[in-house]
Amino acid sequence: MMAVGILATLIVGSIPTFKEFGFGFIFSSDWNPTEGRESYGALPFIIGTIATSILALAFTFPFAFSIALFLGEYYKKGRMSSILKSMIDLLAGIPSVVYGLWGFYTIKPIIVELGLNAQGFGIFTSAFVLAIMIIPYASSISAEVINMVPSNLKEAAYSLGATRFEVVKNVIIPNAGSGIFAGFILAFGRAIGETMAVTMLIGNSNKIPTNLFDLGNTMASLIANQFGEAEGLKYTSLVAMGLLLFVITGILNLIGKMVMRKFTA
Amino acid sequence: MKKFQLLLVAIISISLITSCGNSGKKQNSEKKAKALTGAGATFPQPFYNTIFKTYTKSKGLLVTYGGIGSGGGIRSLKDKIVDFGATDAFLSDKKLADMPGNVLHIPSCLGAVVAAYNLPGKPELKFTPELMEGIFMGKITKWNDAKIAKINPDAKLPDLAITVVYRSDGSGTTFIFSDYMSKVSSEWKEKIGAGKALQWPVGIAAKGNPGVAGTISSTKGAIGYIGSEYAFAQGIPIASIQNQAGNFIKPSVQSVSAAAAGDIPNDTRVTLTNTTAVDGYPISSFTWLIVYKEQSYNGRSKDQAEQTKLLLKWVLGQEAQSKTSKVHYAPLPEKAVVKAHKILDLMTYDGRGL
Repeated sequence: MMAVGILATLIVGSIPTFKEFGFGFIFSSDWNPTEGRESYGALPFIIGTIATSILALAFTFPFAFSIALFLGEYYKKGRMSSILKSMIDLLAGIPSVVYGLWGFYTIKPIIVELGLNAQGFGIFTSAFVLAIMIIPYASSISAEVINMVPSNLKEAAYSLGATRFEVVKNVIIPNAGSGIFAGFILAFGRAIGETMAVTMLIGNSNKIPTNLFDLGNTMASLIANQFGEAEGLKYTSLVAMGLLLFVITGILNLIGKMVMRKFTA
Repeated sequence: MKKFQLLLVAIISISLITSCGNSGKKQNSEKKAKALTGAGATFPQPFYNTIFKTYTKSKGLLVTYGGIGSGGGIRSLKDKIVDFGATDAFLSDKKLADMPGNVLHIPSCLGAVVAAYNLPGKPELKFTPELMEGIFMGKITKWNDAKIAKINPDAKLPDLAITVVYRSDGSGTTFIFSDYMSKVSSEWKEKIGAGKALQWPVGIAAKGNPGVAGTISSTKGAIGYIGSEYAFAQGIPIASIQNQAGNFIKPSVQSVSAAAAGDIPNDTRVTLTNTTAVDGYPISSFTWLIVYKEQSYNGRSKDQAEQTKLLLKWVLGQEAQSKTSKVHYAPLPEKAVVKAHKILDLMTYDGRGL
């Protein structure tokens, strides 16, 4: 019900923008708020959002997956795993603005030092910090489902002479695949919606990024930045941006569900 | 039966409470003011924080101020949820017509927007309007560019890329800066224009004055525009800028005050950028408190209206104005104070003067 209500207000709020620009709003790369020559397009922000989130997911995958295997299969109990578990949970509890600060003062200088980018801001920097932020979301659900793989299946595989790696590859992943996938979709959704840490690190340049180290901006970050002073067409364009964000998240969820159904079937 | 009695008691008590509420509403216009609330620009926020704290202490009336941005201040006043708003960019005639009532502009102080930079060795730099255009439009990309070196023969300029830093959020500071740039550069006026948010050709953006100041001080080779207080507070070097008379002027209490030497219209709605004053700093501006002319709105009491007027009078007075220079703003010139008092006298409550 709430989701329907939010969707309805977003649609009503963004009508003036779509009336003015039509669907060109989605494909235009112009974001010019100067009075008298206003023109708004969402493309740079859609690309920025998807680029940072996919990159973050790519970064987070090896870590989150190995953590999940470690906690769900190799060391289910014991002090080591409980320490690791609480540390991962702690990661989820850190406010995003703290991640932003850490990125600003720690990661940014390293990126500059490595010569990847002159100022240290950009898609790469924010994706890196995002990746760490979303580890707990991806890993804790994955660990849970890996843990739930029936032990008689695994024992059967072992009794047939399978090595541990073969068990992971042939028994655990096929069985827990859809659950692991769901965890990563959740993490992806979190990365798409993240605002504060991204704003502090991405450079907020309203142009289409040309490479991984380029500056950019995301939809959530743009809304947070420009909402305060927005009025008229700019206001409705930001609402329309919110609507697009909503739709993209919805599509993602749908894809996630479809893939999961394919996996389980 | 007992249940019925309980219900009866409940009904009676509820009706009593609501009737009390009604009589309270009738007496609303007699109510004493408990607090004054304002919201708006962040550019003069350090100044407002200081003086409102003093006011609360000495007069015993709580004054709160929320730094939510000039546009937010205007919207809050439009929604009638504050006693006064604050803005760095005065309302245009069109925006004034959009407001639900007559709005008065009361200037509170003068401020400067400075070009602050981060270079190794902190050399003192001078910029001409042409250099400003070149740097902020991305035509000059290196600090050791011959054009910069020509104006600054004594400065040691490193072989470093220029990183322009601007505001990611809409802002009165951006308005003042771009208003100046549009006046001195026809190319800027044509391609970028003046406004609270712009389409920037180059650079990175950060949120709020503190965000831009922080990004400049942590990025080598960065240059950006910020409210002067934020540059002084963080010890970031500030450039002198050539004014219309041809002098290179550093922003200071004197040079900012001097910028307001010209004529001021009766409603004080004027931009001071690119001043003709010989010693005036070219990127100076008034910042305004805005109130409704008719103070009886949204059930406000007469005392609330009177207290609002008293506060605004006090802001114009010696005690508050003398505090401006402490936080790197400049006091209003005498002419402006006289005009502001005249504007305050226009305030009414139910059509009668306050």
